[in-house]
Amino acid sequence: MNEMPSIEQANEMTESKISANKVQVFYGDNQAIKDVDIEIQPRSVTSFIGPSGCGKSTFLRTINRMNDTIDICRVEGSIKIDNEDIYDPKVDPVQLRAKVGMVFQKPNPFPKSIYDNIAYGPRIHGLARNKAELDDIVSSSLQKAGLWEEVKNRLDEPGTGMSGGQQQRLCIARAIAVSPEVILMDEPCSALDPIATAKVEELIDELRENYTIVIVTHSMQQAARVSQRTAFFHLGILVEEGLTEDIFTNPKDKRTQDYITGRFG
Amino acid sequence: MTDATLPPETSASPAKAPMQPKSLYALDDLTRKRNAAEKRFQAYGIGAIAIGLFFLVVLAYAIISQGIPAFSRTVVEVEFTLTQEQYNAAEGTLFKTKAYEEIFINALSGQLQDSGIETPVEPEAIERIVGKPGSTIREFFRENEDQLGQPVRFDLAASSRVDGYMSGRITREGMTDSRFLMASDLDVVDNLVEAGVIKTVFNWSFITGADAGVDNAAAAGIGASVIGSFFMMLVVLFLSLPIGVAASIYLEEFAPQNRFTDLIEVNISNLAAVPSIVFGILGLAVFIQFMHLPQSAPLVGGLVLTLMTLPTIIISTRASLKAVPPSIRDAALGVGASKMQAIFHHVLPLAMPGILTGTIIGLAQALGETAPLLLIGMVGFVARGYPDGFIAGFTDPNSAMPAQIYTWAARSDLAFTEKAWGGIIVLLIFLLTMNIIAIILRRRFERRW
Repeated sequence: MNEMPSIEQANEMTESKISANKVQVFYGDNQAIKDVDIEIQPRSVTSFIGPSGCGKSTFLRTINRMNDTIDICRVEGSIKIDNEDIYDPKVDPVQLRAKVGMVFQKPNPFPKSIYDNIAYGPRIHGLARNKAELDDIVSSSLQKAGLWEEVKNRLDEPGTGMSGGQQQRLCIARAIAVSPEVILMDEPCSALDPIATAKVEELIDELRENYTIVIVTHSMQQAARVSQRTAFFHLGILVEEGLTEDIFTNPKDKRTQDYITGRFG
Repeated sequence: MTDATLPPETSASPAKAPMQPKSLYALDDLTRKRNAAEKRFQAYGIGAIAIGLFFLVVLAYAIISQGIPAFSRTVVEVEFTLTQEQYNAAEGTLFKTKAYEEIFINALSGQLQDSGIETPVEPEAIERIVGKPGSTIREFFRENEDQLGQPVRFDLAASSRVDGYMSGRITREGMTDSRFLMASDLDVVDNLVEAGVIKTVFNWSFITGADAGVDNAAAAGIGASVIGSFFMMLVVLFLSLPIGVAASIYLEEFAPQNRFTDLIEVNISNLAAVPSIVFGILGLAVFIQFMHLPQSAPLVGGLVLTLMTLPTIIISTRASLKAVPPSIRDAALGVGASKMQAIFHHVLPLAMPGILTGTIIGLAQALGETAPLLLIGMVGFVARGYPDGFIAGFTDPNSAMPAQIYTWAARSDLAFTEKAWGGIIVLLIFLLTMNIIAIILRRRFERRW
């Protein structure tokens, strides 16, 4: 995070931030993900696209082990972040999730004040030594999320009272507040109107300077707008992955072409 | 209605009908049926509520009209002097209270004759009217020997029959002469009321006092069992709430889904349906006979009622934990909270109103429970040396409100029936207070949402 961010640099980097190798995910006896291999570049936005039920959200949730909360879910293969296997028995999922933040499909602020929403993460991780530091984290997180101007005078109002788009940006600010390195976004704009969506997309574009972002989306336009790389999932298989322009203009696989041209979905 | 307005030709010319735009003013059959069904259902609903309200009113009327007399009592206000010699003599006899009673009655009858009451007053009549004041008088002078030889004012409880006469339970027409009360005594009573010697006052001793013997209904009070019930509720609250909530959190959030936890779940549901008397037998066998905890104690009663309340609390807590949207859990886990932090910081506060509702239902059930208390001996208890030995606590013998009411209702003296109704009023007030506290707490938690 201390390095100077630069997109060109990031794209040229050979060292990937997240690298998945032969990942299989099972729900009981059903296999939801088959043999997924993917390298995700640091300080860039990677989109996962694909029809409903193709496993893109499931795969996203394996990256910060949110699937652990589902009893019958089982993950095989390896997922490495900075060359550390996150499914290693030594890894505590709680620590992992501080490093890999998540923004969910439906805005889910805590039923608390805007301030407490942001301050919760830093508090439980002990990131602030005193009130002043905590205030700093809250204001800088809200600034990064582009929400500061809108809420700076009503930090003690409940986060649930804001509009949907504001709530989603609050959730992004909440994720930023614990200084993660990776932010996973699971269809962050699906519950938002076009104006709020535009704001969130703009925000994602700014955030990639500092964070590695993986976003699941149903909107191909959105994938094209915000991401540098795109991965197409179909029936639990990673069909194709590459530079976003290539995927949308010159897909190698027939299925990818059919999907992006709207022939099935 | 529509049938009448529709001309019969419409159906006779089907070729023309589809061309006509359908009028919104004419209701078709299906709509009318639906509307009628809706109206009918609303009528059923209103009827159901009306029936409920009717019974509530009847119940409230019955309880209040029958129970109110328990809150007033008839006292005989007399001034009485006991000399040192009389005191010594009375203390020297075998039946000490009887001796005091004789001295008092003789003194009083003399006093009344002197004050010019026309009816001749025999000592027996006085005895029937003032009940058995011997022990009250003796206690007073034993504690205050310096008052000997001076006139002392006593508010003595009138006998239960006189009390009944004053409250309208006993009438001249309805009564028969007995060794408890003669018709001629009522003349004396009337005279005494006129003279201001007998009067009706608010019966504080009913609220603060303890149960009395079967022949002394006027002195019986529910205070002791209110304290007993209060101690039991404390035991129930402080045991069942933490145990119940901890069990529910574990089962709902942590426990693996397997046959063993399924078995536990089924058994918790079954436990909620077990008749309360079974818990009583269990309490008798385990807590008293096996663990040798003191009999008749609020501690044991509380333990038994805790067992009864636990399933209610667990079931409602689990339901309210389940009702917390999973997105909140995700949100907390997503910022790196541990499972326990997610539950205690976010899920539990949101589930709190539901947990409180379950707790208050469980406590209210426990408060009104009689059967298990009969088995562990928290019934038929007459306090001695009240109020010492009560406030002392959880392990002293005591009774509980419903058990006390049951005891009174079972006694043959009609004066106790009145007490039973009065006891029900106190029980309901206790319950209402508990509910109000719970509602206030719930409001406070709900505001955090």
